[in-house]
Amino acid sequence: MELVNKWPKYYKQDVVTHYCPGCGHGIVHRIVAELLEEMDLGKQAYLVCPAGCAVLAYRYLDFDIIESAHGRGTAIATGAKRANPKLFVISYQGDGDLSAIGTAETIHSANRGENICVVFINNAVYGMTGGQMAPTSLIGQNTMTTPTGRNPEVDGYPLHITDVVAQFPGVTYAERVSVGTPAGIRKTKKAIRNAFQTQVDGLGYSIVEVLSPCPTNWKMDPVTSCKWIEEEMVKEYKPGLLTDKREERRKEKG
Amino acid sequence: MSKKDKVFTVKVRRDFCKGCGLCIEFCQKEVLGASAKLNSMGYNPAEPVKPEACVGCMICTQVCPDLAIEVYSG
Repeated sequence: MELVNKWPKYYKQDVVTHYCPGCGHGIVHRIVAELLEEMDLGKQAYLVCPAGCAVLAYRYLDFDIIESAHGRGTAIATGAKRANPKLFVISYQGDGDLSAIGTAETIHSANRGENICVVFINNAVYGMTGGQMAPTSLIGQNTMTTPTGRNPEVDGYPLHITDVVAQFPGVTYAERVSVGTPAGIRKTKKAIRNAFQTQVDGLGYSIVEVLSPCPTNWKMDPVTSCKWIEEEMVKEYKPGLLTDKREERRKEKG
Repeated sequence: MSKKDKVFTVKVRRDFCKGCGLCIEFCQKEVLGASAKLNSMGYNPAEPVKPEACVGCMICTQVCPDLAIEVYSG
């Protein structure tokens, strides 16, 4: 009897996360821990945690982690990477953090083309504070602050922040994936691996947007919320590669 | 021994499972089901109901957000 799926080295032993049943954070935490082990980056890894549900990620992940002020993840990541370029810097952020309060930091760090990775968890609501409307909420989506559905005349349209930053010349790699299906989870791992490799090769800014379920605030059970991602959310946020300038960057570097 | 002849055994860490049911939904061979007994957190955890049907595809371990599933081979 041999254990096939070994516990990831950089995931703390025997912890039960505080995340709700069916939350996508657990899946992405595991993917990050597995990739750091597979790519042998755990010793120099430096994760910037957001304000949001993933604020307690330091309890579960076993490498260097710093806490950031709300939305300022990429600013701290910039400072860390510039001060010590040997660090492998990841900014782990949610949609309320990255695309609402941290829009300035996100856009300017992407525009500067900092050599960092951003893992962006998009669940279309403010999860930790109780399910208020986020800029990424879908039109017609019921949230605590839009009980009759998001109305674009009052609340505006869903913000495609990854599509915005993908237009910048400084952004090397941008991809959108979902964790609603097993195939999507495998694609997520591949996309985050590509993003990590981009930073290891020194090619510049990489961002991976992960469409992730939030069953509690969507008022659905975990299985229905995965189906909702695949049926509704992917219509607004189409998964796929948004930009890939790795070859150009390699040629520029020579 | 080819992969076909391998025997896989699924185990669920009862006190890690939050009973989200994703593994039950995505298991193609219907190996897993919900336990009738509550665990220490008060959830109905997943448990193998048809353990002999497991083919070792590892989908349950990939969709589990809480690393609650262990798959043994051999």
